[in-house]
Amino acid sequence: MAIEVRIPTILRSYTGGAKVVEGTGDTLSDLLADLDSRHGGLRGRLVTETGTLHRFVNVYVNDEDVRFLGALDAKLSDGDSVTILPAVAGGAFGFAAAAAISQHSAAVAAISQHAVAAVARDDRRGAVAAR
Amino acid sequence: MARYDSLLDACGGTPLVGLPRLSPTVPDGAPPVRLWAKLEDRNPTGSIKDRAALFMVRAAEEAGRLRTGDTILEPTSGNTGISLAMVAKLRGYRLVCVMPENVSTERVQLLRMYGAEIIFSPAAGGSNQAVATAKQIAAEHPDWVMLYQYGNEANARAHYETTGPELLHDLPTITHFVAGLGTTGTLMGTGRYLREKVDGIQVVAAEPRYGEVVYGLRNIDEGYVPELYDASVLSRRFSVGTRDAVLRTRQLVDVEGIFAGFSTGAILHAALAVAHEAVRDGRRADVAFVVCDGGWKYLSTGAYGGTLADAEEALDGQLWA
Repeated sequence: MAIEVRIPTILRSYTGGAKVVEGTGDTLSDLLADLDSRHGGLRGRLVTETGTLHRFVNVYVNDEDVRFLGALDAKLSDGDSVTILPAVAGGAFGFAAAAAISQHSAAVAAISQHAVAAVARDDRRGAVAAR
Repeated sequence: MARYDSLLDACGGTPLVGLPRLSPTVPDGAPPVRLWAKLEDRNPTGSIKDRAALFMVRAAEEAGRLRTGDTILEPTSGNTGISLAMVAKLRGYRLVCVMPENVSTERVQLLRMYGAEIIFSPAAGGSNQAVATAKQIAAEHPDWVMLYQYGNEANARAHYETTGPELLHDLPTITHFVAGLGTTGTLMGTGRYLREKVDGIQVVAAEPRYGEVVYGLRNIDEGYVPELYDASVLSRRFSVGTRDAVLRTRQLVDVEGIFAGFSTGAILHAALAVAHEAVRDGRRADVAFVVCDGGWKYLSTGAYGGTLADAEEALDGQLWA
Protein backbone atom coordinates (compact mmCIF):
# COMPACT_ATOMS: atom_id res chain seq x y z
CA MET A 1 0.00 0.00 0.00
CA ALA A 2 1.02 3.54 -0.55
CA ILE A 3 -0.21 7.10 -0.12
CA GLU A 4 -2.25 8.57 -2.94
CA VAL A 5 -1.36 12.18 -3.79
CA ARG A 6 -3.63 14.44 -5.88
CA ILE A 7 -1.70 16.99 -7.91
CA PRO A 8 -3.29 20.32 -8.99
CA THR A 9 -3.30 21.22 -12.70
CA ILE A 10 -0.67 23.90 -12.23
CA LEU A 11 1.91 21.39 -10.88
CA ARG A 12 1.30 18.53 -13.31
CA SER A 13 4.28 19.59 -15.38
CA TYR A 14 6.33 17.88 -12.64
CA THR A 15 4.38 14.63 -12.81
CA GLY A 16 4.27 14.15 -16.56
CA GLY A 17 0.66 15.32 -16.57
CA ALA A 18 -0.48 12.76 -13.97
CA LYS A 19 -3.41 13.88 -11.77
CA VAL A 20 -2.67 11.32 -9.09
CA VAL A 21 0.70 9.87 -8.08
CA GLU A 22 1.73 7.52 -5.31
CA GLY A 23 4.40 7.89 -2.68
CA THR A 24 5.52 6.67 0.72
CA GLY A 25 6.58 8.29 3.99
CA ASP A 26 5.80 8.40 7.70
CA THR A 27 5.39 12.17 7.63
CA LEU A 28 4.42 14.73 4.99
CA SER A 29 8.05 15.82 4.87
CA ASP A 30 9.16 12.23 4.08
CA LEU A 31 6.44 11.89 1.47
CA LEU A 32 7.48 15.07 -0.34
CA ALA A 33 11.13 13.94 -0.34
CA ASP A 34 10.03 10.60 -1.79
CA LEU A 35 7.93 12.31 -4.48
CA ASP A 36 10.76 14.67 -5.35
CA SER A 37 13.06 11.73 -6.07
CA ARG A 38 10.77 10.76 -8.96
CA HIS A 39 9.23 14.13 -9.80
CA GLY A 40 12.20 16.48 -9.47
CA GLY A 41 11.32 20.07 -8.56
CA LEU A 42 7.88 19.33 -7.10
CA ARG A 43 8.99 19.71 -3.48
CA GLY A 44 10.55 23.08 -4.24
CA ARG A 45 7.17 24.43 -5.36
CA LEU A 46 5.53 23.42 -2.08
CA VAL A 47 8.18 24.08 0.54
CA THR A 48 10.03 27.37 1.04
CA GLU A 49 13.80 27.71 1.44
CA THR A 50 13.31 28.05 5.19
CA GLY A 51 11.60 24.66 5.25
CA THR A 52 7.96 25.62 5.79
CA LEU A 53 4.92 25.04 3.60
CA HIS A 54 4.51 27.74 0.97
CA ARG A 55 1.91 30.29 2.14
CA PHE A 56 -0.31 29.91 -0.91
CA VAL A 57 -0.31 26.11 -0.95
CA ASN A 58 -2.81 24.05 1.01
CA VAL A 59 -2.15 20.37 1.66
CA TYR A 60 -4.87 18.09 3.04
CA VAL A 61 -4.56 14.61 4.51
CA ASN A 62 -7.89 12.81 4.18
CA ASP A 63 -9.54 16.22 3.59
CA GLU A 64 -8.03 17.86 6.68
CA ASP A 65 -5.58 20.79 6.42
CA VAL A 66 -2.09 19.61 7.48
CA ARG A 67 -1.29 22.96 9.05
CA PHE A 68 -3.52 21.83 11.95
CA LEU A 69 -1.98 18.34 12.05
CA GLY A 70 1.67 19.30 12.46
CA ALA A 71 2.33 20.74 8.97
CA LEU A 72 5.36 19.03 7.39
CA ASP A 73 5.62 16.81 10.50
CA ALA A 74 2.03 15.55 10.04
CA LYS A 75 1.93 11.78 10.46
CA LEU A 76 0.87 9.67 7.49
CA SER A 77 -0.30 6.07 7.17
CA ASP A 78 -0.60 3.72 4.25
CA GLY A 79 -3.90 4.27 2.50
CA ASP A 80 -4.06 7.96 3.35
CA SER A 81 -5.12 10.37 0.63
CA VAL A 82 -3.16 13.62 0.26
CA THR A 83 -4.55 16.55 -1.77
CA ILE A 84 -2.49 19.55 -2.83
CA LEU A 85 -4.36 22.73 -3.82
CA PRO A 86 -3.55 26.38 -4.46
CA ALA A 87 -5.05 28.68 -1.78
CA VAL A 88 -8.41 29.92 -3.03
CA ALA A 89 -10.94 31.41 -0.64
CA GLY A 90 -14.68 31.47 -1.26
CA GLY A 91 -16.00 33.74 -3.96
CA ALA A 92 -12.86 33.65 -6.07
CA PHE A 93 -13.94 36.53 -8.29
CA GLY A 94 -14.89 38.76 -5.40
CA PHE A 95 -11.69 38.38 -3.48
CA ALA A 96 -9.42 38.62 -6.50
CA ALA A 97 -11.09 41.81 -7.63
CA ALA A 98 -11.29 43.20 -4.13
CA ALA A 99 -7.65 42.45 -3.44
CA ALA A 100 -6.58 44.00 -6.72
CA ILE A 101 -8.53 47.17 -6.07
CA SER A 102 -7.42 47.38 -2.49
CA GLN A 103 -3.79 47.37 -3.58
CA HIS A 104 -4.59 49.93 -6.18
CA SER A 105 -6.77 52.66 -4.81
CA ALA A 106 -8.27 54.50 -1.94
CA ALA A 107 -9.96 51.40 -0.68
CA VAL A 108 -6.60 50.12 0.48
CA ALA A 109 -7.95 50.58 3.69
CA ALA A 110 -9.84 48.67 6.17
CA ILE A 111 -6.55 47.06 7.10
CA SER A 112 -5.51 50.31 8.72
CA GLN A 113 -8.52 52.30 9.77
CA HIS A 114 -6.59 55.52 10.26
CA ALA A 115 -4.97 55.35 6.89
CA VAL A 116 -8.34 54.58 5.38
CA ALA A 117 -10.09 57.54 6.86
CA ALA A 118 -7.28 59.85 5.78
CA VAL A 119 -7.14 58.49 2.26
CA ALA A 120 -10.91 58.63 1.89
CA ARG A 121 -10.97 62.24 3.02
CA ASP A 122 -8.21 63.17 0.60
CA ASP A 123 -9.97 61.41 -2.24
CA ARG A 124 -13.20 63.16 -1.48
CA ARG A 125 -11.48 66.54 -1.53
CA GLY A 126 -9.75 65.59 -4.79
CA ALA A 127 -13.00 64.54 -6.35
CA VAL A 128 -14.74 67.75 -5.32
CA ALA A 129 -11.88 69.87 -6.68
CA ALA A 130 -11.95 67.97 -9.95
CA ARG A 131 -15.61 68.79 -10.46
CA MET B 1 -38.16 39.82 20.76
CA ALA B 2 -40.41 39.95 17.74
CA ARG B 3 -40.96 43.67 17.11
CA TYR B 4 -38.30 45.94 15.57
CA ASP B 5 -38.16 49.59 14.57
CA SER B 6 -36.75 48.82 11.12
CA LEU B 7 -35.47 45.94 9.03
CA LEU B 8 -31.86 46.75 9.98
CA ASP B 9 -32.75 46.26 13.64
CA ALA B 10 -34.03 42.77 12.77
CA CYS B 11 -30.55 41.65 11.67
CA GLY B 12 -29.16 38.73 13.72
CA GLY B 13 -30.88 37.08 16.67
CA THR B 14 -31.39 34.00 14.51
CA PRO B 15 -32.79 30.73 15.89
CA LEU B 16 -30.55 27.85 16.94
CA VAL B 17 -32.36 24.59 16.29
CA GLY B 18 -31.48 21.07 17.34
CA LEU B 19 -31.15 18.29 14.77
CA PRO B 20 -32.39 15.23 16.66
CA ARG B 21 -32.56 13.04 13.54
CA LEU B 22 -29.16 13.93 12.07
CA SER B 23 -27.28 13.84 15.38
CA PRO B 24 -25.38 10.56 15.71
CA THR B 25 -26.79 7.94 18.07
CA VAL B 26 -24.53 7.13 21.00
CA PRO B 27 -24.23 3.77 22.82
CA ASP B 28 -26.34 3.31 25.97
CA GLY B 29 -24.87 5.21 28.87
CA ALA B 30 -22.49 7.25 26.68
CA PRO B 31 -22.60 11.07 26.88
CA PRO B 32 -24.85 12.80 24.32
CA VAL B 33 -23.54 14.15 21.01
CA ARG B 34 -25.86 16.76 19.55
CA LEU B 35 -25.91 18.89 16.40
CA TRP B 36 -27.36 22.41 16.37
CA ALA B 37 -28.06 24.57 13.31
CA LYS B 38 -27.77 28.39 13.48
CA LEU B 39 -30.34 29.51 10.91
CA GLU B 40 -28.65 32.51 9.30
CA ASP B 41 -31.08 32.37 6.38
CA ARG B 42 -33.50 34.07 8.80
CA ASN B 43 -31.64 37.38 8.39
CA PRO B 44 -33.28 40.28 6.46
CA THR B 45 -31.98 39.32 2.98
CA GLY B 46 -31.68 35.62 3.76
CA SER B 47 -27.99 35.15 4.50
CA ILE B 48 -25.35 35.51 7.19
CA LYS B 49 -23.77 38.35 5.17
CA ASP B 50 -26.35 40.82 6.48
CA ARG B 51 -24.41 40.95 9.74
CA ALA B 52 -21.11 41.85 8.09
CA ALA B 53 -22.69 44.31 5.64
CA LEU B 54 -24.44 46.21 8.43
CA PHE B 55 -21.31 46.36 10.62
CA MET B 56 -19.02 47.41 7.75
CA VAL B 57 -21.35 50.22 6.68
CA ARG B 58 -21.76 51.42 10.28
CA ALA B 59 -17.99 51.37 10.83
CA ALA B 60 -17.41 53.37 7.65
CA GLU B 61 -20.05 55.90 8.75
CA GLU B 62 -18.44 56.26 12.17
CA ALA B 63 -15.00 56.70 10.59
CA GLY B 64 -16.38 59.44 8.33
CA ARG B 65 -15.70 57.41 5.19
CA LEU B 66 -19.35 57.24 4.16
CA ARG B 67 -21.79 60.12 3.96
CA THR B 68 -25.37 60.13 2.70
CA GLY B 69 -25.43 59.92 -1.09
CA ASP B 70 -21.99 58.30 -1.38
CA THR B 71 -21.38 55.37 -3.69
CA ILE B 72 -20.21 51.97 -2.44
CA LEU B 73 -18.32 49.77 -4.90
CA GLU B 74 -18.36 46.01 -4.40
CA PRO B 75 -16.95 43.42 -6.79
CA THR B 76 -19.31 40.53 -6.01
CA SER B 77 -22.24 38.59 -7.36
CA GLY B 78 -22.83 36.81 -4.08
CA ASN B 79 -24.65 37.24 -0.80
CA THR B 80 -22.49 40.19 0.31
CA GLY B 81 -23.70 42.21 -2.66
CA ILE B 82 -27.33 41.46 -1.84
CA SER B 83 -26.83 42.37 1.84
CA LEU B 84 -24.97 45.57 0.99
CA ALA B 85 -27.67 46.55 -1.51
CA MET B 86 -30.32 46.31 1.20
CA VAL B 87 -28.24 48.19 3.79
CA ALA B 88 -27.24 50.84 1.23
CA LYS B 89 -30.87 51.39 0.26
CA LEU B 90 -31.99 51.88 3.85
CA ARG B 91 -29.00 54.04 4.84
CA GLY B 92 -29.09 56.26 1.75
CA TYR B 93 -26.16 55.10 -0.36
CA ARG B 94 -25.78 53.98 -3.94
CA LEU B 95 -24.29 50.51 -4.52
CA VAL B 96 -22.41 49.55 -7.66
CA CYS B 97 -21.57 45.86 -8.12
CA VAL B 98 -18.97 44.66 -10.60
CA MET B 99 -19.35 41.08 -11.78
CA PRO B 100 -18.70 38.80 -14.75
CA GLU B 101 -21.62 38.81 -17.22
CA ASN B 102 -22.06 35.03 -16.96
CA VAL B 103 -23.43 34.98 -13.41
CA SER B 104 -26.89 33.47 -12.99
CA THR B 105 -29.89 35.64 -13.89
CA GLU B 106 -31.42 35.18 -10.45
CA ARG B 107 -28.39 36.89 -8.90
CA VAL B 108 -28.71 39.83 -11.26
CA GLN B 109 -32.46 40.08 -10.66
CA LEU B 110 -32.04 39.97 -6.88
CA LEU B 111 -29.36 42.66 -6.85
CA ARG B 112 -31.37 44.95 -9.15
CA MET B 113 -34.51 44.38 -7.10
CA TYR B 114 -32.67 45.54 -3.98
CA GLY B 115 -31.55 48.61 -5.91
CA ALA B 116 -27.95 47.84 -6.85
CA GLU B 117 -26.45 49.03 -10.12
CA ILE B 118 -24.47 46.43 -12.00
CA ILE B 119 -21.42 46.82 -14.20
CA PHE B 120 -20.63 43.66 -16.14
CA SER B 121 -17.18 42.57 -17.19
CA PRO B 122 -16.91 40.41 -20.33
CA ALA B 123 -17.38 36.70 -19.60
CA ALA B 124 -14.78 35.80 -22.21
CA GLY B 125 -11.96 37.26 -20.17
CA GLY B 126 -12.83 35.19 -17.13
CA SER B 127 -12.01 36.39 -13.66
CA ASN B 128 -8.82 38.13 -14.81
CA GLN B 129 -10.89 40.40 -17.03
CA ALA B 130 -13.40 40.95 -14.24
CA VAL B 131 -10.62 41.98 -11.88
CA ALA B 132 -9.16 44.32 -14.48
CA THR B 133 -12.59 45.89 -15.05
CA ALA B 134 -13.16 46.36 -11.32
CA LYS B 135 -9.72 47.94 -10.98
CA GLN B 136 -10.35 50.32 -13.86
CA ILE B 137 -13.69 51.41 -12.41
CA ALA B 138 -12.09 52.03 -9.01
CA ALA B 139 -9.38 54.15 -10.63
CA GLU B 140 -11.96 56.19 -12.55
CA HIS B 141 -13.97 56.84 -9.39
CA PRO B 142 -11.57 57.45 -6.53
CA ASP B 143 -14.41 58.88 -4.43
CA TRP B 144 -16.33 55.59 -4.44
CA VAL B 145 -15.92 53.64 -1.23
CA MET B 146 -14.96 49.98 -1.22
CA LEU B 147 -15.59 48.18 2.06
CA TYR B 148 -13.26 45.30 1.19
CA GLN B 149 -14.81 42.52 3.28
CA TYR B 150 -11.66 40.34 3.11
CA GLY B 151 -9.65 42.80 5.18
CA ASN B 152 -12.34 44.78 6.99
CA GLU B 153 -12.15 44.23 10.75
CA ALA B 154 -15.84 45.17 11.07
CA ASN B 155 -16.70 41.99 9.15
CA ALA B 156 -15.14 39.80 11.87
CA ARG B 157 -16.34 42.15 14.62
CA ALA B 158 -19.96 41.66 13.54
CA HIS B 159 -19.59 38.02 14.55
CA TYR B 160 -17.56 38.76 17.68
CA GLU B 161 -20.31 41.09 18.89
CA THR B 162 -23.41 39.23 17.70
CA THR B 163 -23.06 35.65 16.38
CA GLY B 164 -20.69 34.55 19.15
CA PRO B 165 -22.73 35.92 22.10
CA GLU B 166 -25.98 34.58 20.60
CA LEU B 167 -24.50 31.08 20.35
CA LEU B 168 -23.15 31.10 23.89
CA HIS B 169 -26.46 32.43 25.24
CA ASP B 170 -28.51 29.76 23.47
CA LEU B 171 -26.04 26.90 23.97
CA PRO B 172 -23.86 27.41 27.08
CA THR B 173 -22.68 23.79 26.75
CA ILE B 174 -21.24 24.36 23.24
CA THR B 175 -18.10 22.29 22.52
CA HIS B 176 -17.63 22.85 18.76
CA PHE B 177 -18.36 25.71 16.38
CA VAL B 178 -18.30 24.86 12.66
CA ALA B 179 -18.59 27.44 9.86
CA GLY B 180 -17.51 28.10 6.30
CA LEU B 181 -14.21 29.70 5.37
CA GLY B 182 -14.55 32.43 2.72
CA THR B 183 -13.65 35.92 3.85
CA THR B 184 -12.98 34.12 7.17
CA GLY B 185 -14.99 36.82 9.04
CA THR B 186 -17.53 34.41 10.59
CA LEU B 187 -14.88 32.04 11.94
CA MET B 188 -12.48 34.75 13.11
CA GLY B 189 -15.10 36.80 14.97
CA THR B 190 -17.22 34.00 16.43
CA GLY B 191 -14.14 31.86 17.05
CA ARG B 192 -12.31 34.58 19.00
CA TYR B 193 -15.37 35.27 21.15
CA LEU B 194 -15.98 31.61 21.98
CA ARG B 195 -12.29 30.97 22.70
CA GLU B 196 -12.38 33.76 25.28
CA LYS B 197 -15.49 32.36 26.96
CA VAL B 198 -15.47 28.58 26.58
CA ASP B 199 -12.62 26.39 27.79
CA GLY B 200 -11.57 23.83 25.21
CA ILE B 201 -13.90 25.09 22.48
CA GLN B 202 -13.08 23.64 19.06
CA VAL B 203 -13.34 26.11 16.18
CA VAL B 204 -13.68 24.15 12.95
CA ALA B 205 -13.49 25.50 9.39
CA ALA B 206 -15.08 23.91 6.33
CA GLU B 207 -13.83 25.22 3.01
CA PRO B 208 -15.26 24.31 -0.36
CA ARG B 209 -13.12 22.23 -2.71
CA TYR B 210 -14.30 23.13 -6.19
CA GLY B 211 -14.02 21.33 -9.48
CA GLU B 212 -10.66 21.42 -11.24
CA VAL B 213 -11.73 24.17 -13.61
CA VAL B 214 -11.79 26.66 -10.77
CA TYR B 215 -8.24 25.91 -9.67
CA GLY B 216 -6.93 25.30 -13.16
CA LEU B 217 -5.41 28.70 -13.72
CA ARG B 218 -4.47 29.51 -10.15
CA ASN B 219 -0.78 30.07 -9.85
CA ILE B 220 0.66 29.03 -6.53
CA ASP B 221 2.88 32.10 -6.44
CA GLU B 222 -0.10 34.41 -6.83
CA GLY B 223 -2.37 32.79 -4.29
CA TYR B 224 -4.50 34.78 -1.95
CA VAL B 225 -5.23 34.53 1.76
CA PRO B 226 -7.69 37.09 3.17
CA GLU B 227 -6.06 39.65 5.48
CA LEU B 228 -8.61 38.78 8.19
CA TYR B 229 -7.39 35.18 8.39
CA ASP B 230 -5.55 34.19 11.56
CA ALA B 231 -4.90 30.44 11.65
CA SER B 232 -4.42 30.50 15.45
CA VAL B 233 -8.18 31.03 15.90
CA LEU B 234 -8.96 27.68 14.25
CA SER B 235 -8.60 24.21 15.74
CA ARG B 236 -9.07 22.31 12.49
CA ARG B 237 -9.79 22.96 8.85
CA PHE B 238 -11.56 20.59 6.44
CA SER B 239 -11.71 20.70 2.67
CA VAL B 240 -15.09 19.47 1.43
CA GLY B 241 -15.65 18.40 -2.16
CA THR B 242 -18.71 19.11 -4.30
CA ARG B 243 -20.13 15.60 -3.94
CA ASP B 244 -20.07 15.60 -0.13
CA ALA B 245 -21.51 19.14 -0.01
CA VAL B 246 -24.42 18.17 -2.27
CA LEU B 247 -25.05 14.95 -0.37
CA ARG B 248 -25.23 16.76 2.99
CA THR B 249 -27.34 19.61 1.62
CA ARG B 250 -29.90 17.07 0.42
CA GLN B 251 -29.70 15.14 3.69
CA LEU B 252 -30.37 18.30 5.70
CA VAL B 253 -33.65 19.03 3.90
CA ASP B 254 -34.58 15.36 3.62
CA VAL B 255 -34.05 14.43 7.28
CA GLU B 256 -34.50 17.69 9.19
CA GLY B 257 -36.54 19.83 6.78
CA ILE B 258 -33.93 22.58 6.48
CA PHE B 259 -33.57 23.83 2.90
CA ALA B 260 -30.09 25.35 2.59
CA GLY B 261 -27.47 26.32 0.01
CA PHE B 262 -24.50 24.11 -0.84
CA SER B 263 -21.97 25.89 1.39
CA THR B 264 -24.12 24.77 4.32
CA GLY B 265 -23.84 21.18 3.09
CA ALA B 266 -20.05 21.48 3.20
CA ILE B 267 -20.23 22.83 6.76
CA LEU B 268 -22.60 20.05 7.85
CA HIS B 269 -20.16 17.50 6.43
CA ALA B 270 -17.39 18.81 8.71
CA ALA B 271 -19.82 19.06 11.66
CA LEU B 272 -20.80 15.43 11.25
CA ALA B 273 -17.13 14.42 11.08
CA VAL B 274 -16.36 16.00 14.46
CA ALA B 275 -19.63 14.69 15.93
CA HIS B 276 -18.81 11.11 14.94
CA GLU B 277 -15.30 11.47 16.37
CA ALA B 278 -16.82 12.52 19.68
CA VAL B 279 -19.06 9.44 19.66
CA ARG B 280 -16.07 7.22 18.90
CA ASP B 281 -14.09 8.79 21.76
CA GLY B 282 -17.04 8.64 24.17
CA ARG B 283 -17.02 12.41 24.71
CA ARG B 284 -19.99 14.74 25.17
CA ALA B 285 -20.40 17.19 22.30
CA ASP B 286 -22.69 20.08 21.41
CA VAL B 287 -21.73 20.95 17.85
CA ALA B 288 -23.19 24.21 16.53
CA PHE B 289 -22.87 24.92 12.82
CA VAL B 290 -23.91 27.74 10.51
CA VAL B 291 -26.68 27.53 7.92
CA CYS B 292 -25.36 30.34 5.68
CA ASP B 293 -28.37 30.80 3.42
CA GLY B 294 -31.41 29.06 2.00
CA GLY B 295 -31.34 27.00 -1.18
CA TRP B 296 -33.58 29.28 -3.28
CA LYS B 297 -30.78 31.02 -5.16
CA TYR B 298 -29.29 27.69 -6.24
CA LEU B 299 -32.39 25.91 -7.54
CA SER B 300 -31.48 26.71 -11.14
CA THR B 301 -28.34 24.57 -10.83
CA GLY B 302 -30.64 21.53 -10.78
CA ALA B 303 -28.38 20.01 -8.12
CA TYR B 304 -31.19 19.37 -5.61
CA GLY B 305 -32.66 16.58 -7.74
CA GLY B 306 -31.44 13.75 -9.95
CA THR B 307 -28.44 11.57 -9.22
CA LEU B 308 -25.51 12.70 -7.12
CA ALA B 309 -23.21 12.31 -10.13
CA ASP B 310 -25.44 14.62 -12.22
CA ALA B 311 -25.51 17.18 -9.41
CA GLU B 312 -21.75 17.04 -9.07
CA GLU B 313 -21.40 17.60 -12.80
CA ALA B 314 -23.89 20.47 -12.72
CA LEU B 315 -21.85 22.25 -10.05
CA ASP B 316 -18.44 21.37 -11.46
CA GLY B 317 -16.62 24.52 -12.43
CA GLN B 318 -18.99 26.72 -10.43
CA LEU B 319 -18.20 28.60 -7.26
CA TRP B 320 -20.97 26.93 -5.30
CA ALA B 321 -20.01 28.39 -1.91
